[in-house]
Amino acid sequence: MQIDLTPFRQTFLDESVEHVAAMEEGLLSLESRPDDNELLNSIFRAAHSIKGGAGSFGFEDVAHFTHSAENLLDKLRNGEIRAERALVDLLLRATDMIKLLLAAARANEGAPGEMATLLAELDQRLAHGGAALAAPLSAGPIAVAPSAVSSAAERRVTIHFTPSTELFHTGMDPLLVLRDLASLGKIVRAELDAEQIPIFEVLEPESCHLSWTLELATEANDAALRDVFLFVEDGARLELTTANAPDTLAPPAHAASVSPAQHALPAGSAGATPVPSSAPTPAAAKRPAAAAENASIRVGVEKVDQLINLIGELVISQSMVTDVVNHFTPDRLQQLRESVLAMQRNTRDLQERVMAVRMVPIGSIFSRYPRMVRDLSGTFGKSIRLELEGEETELDKGVVEKVGDPLTHLIRNSCDHGIETREKRLAAGKSEEGVIKLSAFTEGGAVYVEISDDGGGLDTERIRRKAVEKGLMRQDDTWSDEQIHQLIFQPAFSTAEKVTDVSGRGVGMDVVKKNVEALGGTVAIHSQRGLGARFRIKLPLTLAILDGLTLSVGRQMYILPLVSIVESFRPRSESLKTVLGRGELMIVRSESLPLLRLHRIFGIDDSVQDPSKALVVVVEGDGRRVALLVDELCGQQQVVIKNLDANFRRVEGVMGATIMGDGRIALILDVPGLIRLAGVANDVALAAAS
Amino acid sequence: MTKTALIVDDSVSMRQMVAFTLKQAGFQVIEGGNGKEALDRVKGQKVELVITDLNMPIMDGISLVKELRAKPDFKFTPILLLTTESQDTKKQEGRAAGATGWIVKPFQPDALLKVVAKVVP
Repeated sequence: MQIDLTPFRQTFLDESVEHVAAMEEGLLSLESRPDDNELLNSIFRAAHSIKGGAGSFGFEDVAHFTHSAENLLDKLRNGEIRAERALVDLLLRATDMIKLLLAAARANEGAPGEMATLLAELDQRLAHGGAALAAPLSAGPIAVAPSAVSSAAERRVTIHFTPSTELFHTGMDPLLVLRDLASLGKIVRAELDAEQIPIFEVLEPESCHLSWTLELATEANDAALRDVFLFVEDGARLELTTANAPDTLAPPAHAASVSPAQHALPAGSAGATPVPSSAPTPAAAKRPAAAAENASIRVGVEKVDQLINLIGELVISQSMVTDVVNHFTPDRLQQLRESVLAMQRNTRDLQERVMAVRMVPIGSIFSRYPRMVRDLSGTFGKSIRLELEGEETELDKGVVEKVGDPLTHLIRNSCDHGIETREKRLAAGKSEEGVIKLSAFTEGGAVYVEISDDGGGLDTERIRRKAVEKGLMRQDDTWSDEQIHQLIFQPAFSTAEKVTDVSGRGVGMDVVKKNVEALGGTVAIHSQRGLGARFRIKLPLTLAILDGLTLSVGRQMYILPLVSIVESFRPRSESLKTVLGRGELMIVRSESLPLLRLHRIFGIDDSVQDPSKALVVVVEGDGRRVALLVDELCGQQQVVIKNLDANFRRVEGVMGATIMGDGRIALILDVPGLIRLAGVANDVALAAAS
Repeated sequence: MTKTALIVDDSVSMRQMVAFTLKQAGFQVIEGGNGKEALDRVKGQKVELVITDLNMPIMDGISLVKELRAKPDFKFTPILLLTTESQDTKKQEGRAAGATGWIVKPFQPDALLKVVAKVVP
């Protein structure tokens, strides 16, 4: 039977990524716990699984390379070598290489050139500490050995077989052995010797007391014949005697009891007959493997079961509705209402569960940072510890994948600029080791990811000098520290004294901000000079569904993301101020906020014009607040975001659209976009502040 | 009558491959990610074949073989170990624990079925 392995390859590649991550994580923990046997075992197991699968699924480079790494790990595990830093470094590099090899396998590309060098290094390290494990079998598809059935002329072999009395206890049936033997030739004579069966009183029914003498006419050589007995040879007596036609391959003494070690042949060649190769490998096997973007999500069985249950309930409530509608009488109205309500509840539950399928723990991203921080502390000659918290916090898969880069940048920044050198820390009365804490938690429909360090904090004075130098602010501007800190998110702003190869190239913080905003999130800074800085990223739980507030402007409906709303109220006319030539301001509890009239931005003429007869919604985005003027608030609801860029074109201030219950289309407002759109308003606020 | 096989491996792809192959050969398949899970899954089930990996978290293959052999229902059930060429001592341990035979990884589906044919009537 030809079996196409393609579908399993994908699974193998996916799970190998997890194994590699486990290896990396284990190796990093190894430095602090070099004698932890369970840890060593788990690292070894991960490598072993990769190797085993890679061989079976035809990824020879992966199998070959991982085998060497596994050998080294095996020595570690057996205590032959110690997990000193150089070795862990080497193994980490090997882990990186396995990652590359897996990626190459996924893309159907060859192995990177560095593999050979690293392989040599591994093997050299191996050679230093005792003998290696057995050499790898040629990985990849093993040809079913045709040699077992050699072209030797037919001969007659007398086989005497006395199995171990324990035979049945290993789950073996002697009959199967005989059948297997029969498949290799023709059994000319079979004798059963039941002499050894003890008398009934002492008979152990679970023991085997039989032996056989068989005469077989076969073309197979002794090795092939012995192979048949592979699983029953322990404690057995097996004698082969060739009656005619000498078998050149067999040892001269044909009669010999067989010791197990004599033929530990791979099972692949056991009792083999040529495989009909009429069914060629399907073309699909040669197609390039799916790119990483098509990667699958692994969903727990219980999540799927919940979905099935909910669907079941939905079907029931739907049939209830159908039933009421089909036999409707006015007195059944209440019943209809209840059925619809039940259906509504089920649909909402189902929606939540389906969304939950896309939710993955953020830990999958967090796990890459301990390694990075370790490497960076080496580069900077600082000692830095990374603490992780809340890895189990779940986020939409799409968000998790895209938040990785901004986090990388922020953590690098903390390592480079945040944490001080050992000397500076000691001088400041801090411990020598700096701590960066990466944590995640869910709060009120949003996920927060925080990067905090106990370093020097942002240097407000230096940022101010730099900002003045770059013309971002004036010398005499009296800005709050917070406002000044926000400047580091400006493009091309960097205060690093020297440009390092890690950070401080003046690109980055603005990109961080852009990336986070693209996810519908925000970044906020909290910094205390001398004590450290904290960057807090706020992210939506999911990208596809949004908790929104429906509002109307004239005949048009809009949705505001709930996360960005601070408050709403009916303004008094005296709290509205106009700054000549620059726009309007709303005074909210002695804070002046730029007022954006939505009807002006979107050119709607049938709306309420007088602010004191309309409503104001204070929204926050990019760490800035503005007041939006709207006609009416209609209610809160979850909306499905339909991309506008793909279906129409990009509209500034709008992140998408949704279809309302009554079929109307509502635009979903993009608060940071609106604030940018009304860029002039910032100047108004600043002008008013000074 | 359909035969049921229990497949135990912590590697999903390996399990899938073995399961798929056996299903093609007409088996019904129960899967377990480690020994403990496998024991939980087979409770009250009749199983005609067990294929298990050796290296697994929580409960490894050897312990699983011992646990299974201690059950009256599994006294004579064929149990195959998935081994690699470097696990000879493990293989012997498995045999001592009562395993029927072994399959050396990496293997092709055909090879698997050949070994299965050796132990399942």
